[in-house]
Amino acid sequence: MNWNVLLDFSPLADNSDKLLSAFWANIRISVTVGILSLVLGTLITAMRVSPVRVLRVAGAFYVNTLRNTPLTLVLLFCSLGLSDTLKFRISHTPSINFFWLAVLGMSVYTAAFVAESLRAGINTVPMGQAEAARAIGLTFTQSLRMVIMPQAFRAVIAPLGSVMIAMIKNTTVVLVASYYEAASLMKDMFEQYGATLPIFIGFAVGFMCLTLPTGFFFNWLAKRMAVVR
Amino acid sequence: MRVRHFGVVAAALAVAGMGISGCAAKKNTTVADKAKDGKKIVIGVKYDQPALGMKTGSGVEGFDIDVAKYIAKKLGVKDDSKIEFKEARSANRETFLQNGTVDMVIATYSITDARKPKVTFGGPYVVTHQDLMVRANDNSITSLQSLKGKKLCAVSGSNSWKNITEGTNKLNAKVAAVTVPAQGYEECITKLKGGSVDAVSTDATILGGFAVREGSPVKVVNAPFTDEKYGVGLKKGDTKTCNAVNDAIKSMYSDGTAKQLWEKWFAKANLPFDATAPAPEGCS
Amino acid sequence: MSTVTETKPAPPRAAKRQASVLFDAPGPKARMRHNILTLISAIVILAIIYVVVARFDKEGQLQGKLWKPFIEVSTWSDYILPGIGGTLKAALAGAVLALLFGVLFGLGRMSDHRWIRIPAGAVVEFFRAIPLLILIFFVFSGPPTIANALNREFPEVTAFTALVISLMLYNGSVLAEIFRAGINAVPRGQSEAAYAIGLRKSGVMRLILIPQATTAMMPAIVSQLVVLLKDSALGWIISYEDLLNTGYRQIPTQYGNLIPAAIVIALIYIAMNLALSYLATWLEKRSRRSRKSAAKPIDVSTVPGAGLTGEAPGMPSA
Repeated sequence: MNWNVLLDFSPLADNSDKLLSAFWANIRISVTVGILSLVLGTLITAMRVSPVRVLRVAGAFYVNTLRNTPLTLVLLFCSLGLSDTLKFRISHTPSINFFWLAVLGMSVYTAAFVAESLRAGINTVPMGQAEAARAIGLTFTQSLRMVIMPQAFRAVIAPLGSVMIAMIKNTTVVLVASYYEAASLMKDMFEQYGATLPIFIGFAVGFMCLTLPTGFFFNWLAKRMAVVR
Repeated sequence: MRVRHFGVVAAALAVAGMGISGCAAKKNTTVADKAKDGKKIVIGVKYDQPALGMKTGSGVEGFDIDVAKYIAKKLGVKDDSKIEFKEARSANRETFLQNGTVDMVIATYSITDARKPKVTFGGPYVVTHQDLMVRANDNSITSLQSLKGKKLCAVSGSNSWKNITEGTNKLNAKVAAVTVPAQGYEECITKLKGGSVDAVSTDATILGGFAVREGSPVKVVNAPFTDEKYGVGLKKGDTKTCNAVNDAIKSMYSDGTAKQLWEKWFAKANLPFDATAPAPEGCS
Repeated sequence: MSTVTETKPAPPRAAKRQASVLFDAPGPKARMRHNILTLISAIVILAIIYVVVARFDKEGQLQGKLWKPFIEVSTWSDYILPGIGGTLKAALAGAVLALLFGVLFGLGRMSDHRWIRIPAGAVVEFFRAIPLLILIFFVFSGPPTIANALNREFPEVTAFTALVISLMLYNGSVLAEIFRAGINAVPRGQSEAAYAIGLRKSGVMRLILIPQATTAMMPAIVSQLVVLLKDSALGWIISYEDLLNTGYRQIPTQYGNLIPAAIVIALIYIAMNLALSYLATWLEKRSRRSRKSAAKPIDVSTVPGAGLTGEAPGMPSA
């Protein structure tokens, strides 16, 4: 009987430097994608709620396409398709190139979900609020800035939190886009030491350290900012 | 869902859902027995390597496949319908053998000291050499050393790129190439043509297969720097099958089948054939 | 979170269609402005499409020979259909098991007994917090390694088994939270009234809470099932033969048509997911007609840590 497969955490300790740099890759991707997907998602939402029909259709098309395509396919398309076949390259250094391609793929994917959450948020604002704002003579930008957006933004915090947590977990999928991060490292360690429980627990805890605080933060923010109706 | 206690709380937690059923004491049926009993045997092969193991419309074809069929026949498998081919990638060949997904791996599987503790190897059935493939118009890479600072495709679970970056080659040269992770050699070839990597390095047989298929955009440098002994991977400890496999390989060389198969698949790539049967590594 | 339909009024109200939370019905000047904007945005969108197509053309991706395999019967019968079969098989098995897992652990978390409630909660929270991919890797190679080291026989873990078990654990945990939220969404008066007329706990659950919660949970469950279907595409990494594997690896290996393959495969995935969404909406409408629920539809995205889901996905509702 060899209990090492259940109890031996030393592979993790031996590779702590690799572990840190691998998780740092996930954090870097998460933060960059978080920012870019919020920007892009807001843009798409603006298109989807705009009074211009062409933009609404284009926005809906974007969301429905990306939301129903597996992330794996999106990322494979970015690395093998965009970079290697269409020769669309961001940098000549592979690690930088594939970082940005992974970020690009994850951002366009996540933006579709951000856009859905934001639109749902705008829809939670009752029509009466807008009508009242117009009735007291607020202009379009004023009503948007002072009445609608503050309410919509608050309603959207919790769903956005879920999107961001899922995004953090999804950063593991960039292993298919030629970028090295924690999931790739775990796979390599499984190769080297065998697929032991401690290695898995170590990586699971690593990801929990990223996802759980994010969840708590968004929940706290959502509760704090909740609109009581 | 039955939960089996492993004594460790964390263990129980993670394994809880896995439904570990039938934790009976280990019983050993060897692949050789299985073949003789007329049971189906499952052989892990590559699906994405032209001329070695390549998935086509209705089946798989290539040198490894033909060798697998020959060995299976010698083990006592009556006809090809009793052989099932499954895709085994570089990254999961060991796992497949360990968890019994496949009975045997014949998938460009090099016999190495690092793998020996985990896998019992029959063979080698052929010896090839690691070589380099570059874009046809790239004259800057001519040897192992000239890879320094170049972008090298690093396939997950494969040793080929480690032989270069970690110096485990005949020249004992540690070359600081920039590695680009990939999931398979097919992906590497796409990246090579697209310019995301400058060189793909692996066994000459594999590169030869790709070179024949791709034609003019790529070329093989022809600067061999390792000996790769392709073995037949078996579950650790299955020496009975291992010995039977070694006998099969011996007869494959003595009856001329080896030469015939080699020419069938590699004549176009101009790979030279070594007519003497490689010495078996011994079963352990 | 429920006034979703406001921007898309029912047909009889079509006259009022122009007004929304954000914009009032446009007057003549605004209409003029909108027309100009329409023109400009149409030009911009066409320009983007043109740039993309031109790029494809430049790299020779529009050549007929790259697309031709997709109009041949053998491509479909040898690669794409078996791939779709593989994906559906994994997704279906995963969905059934995940629903069972979800019900079991969702109810477990609401148990009155602490020794059930706490472990159930821990399991659900653990599997929701970790990425599916590392779970797949471990389920695939962990048990055999562990069993080997402990010198036990272990039944083989195929790529299919590993994928389905991982999908069950991960999505099942999310579904468990949805079930819990669904039961909690039924107003308390309902269960109080049920207890008052003498029903026991199991009766309250079975006759009062679950039927009403089911209606409320449907959209969220379906979103999660779409997520599950998409997640099944991760199976190709452990060489499970699904649509992504046959369509995006095997076909391009044969024909060197990576970009066309990606587009065709994406379209098939989108069609499958849209079909699933429509099926669900239809089911939901049918069940809503026959059954009334006091519970408001729950929004899965408010369940912290849940998958990337909003309302029923894939519905063209703009």
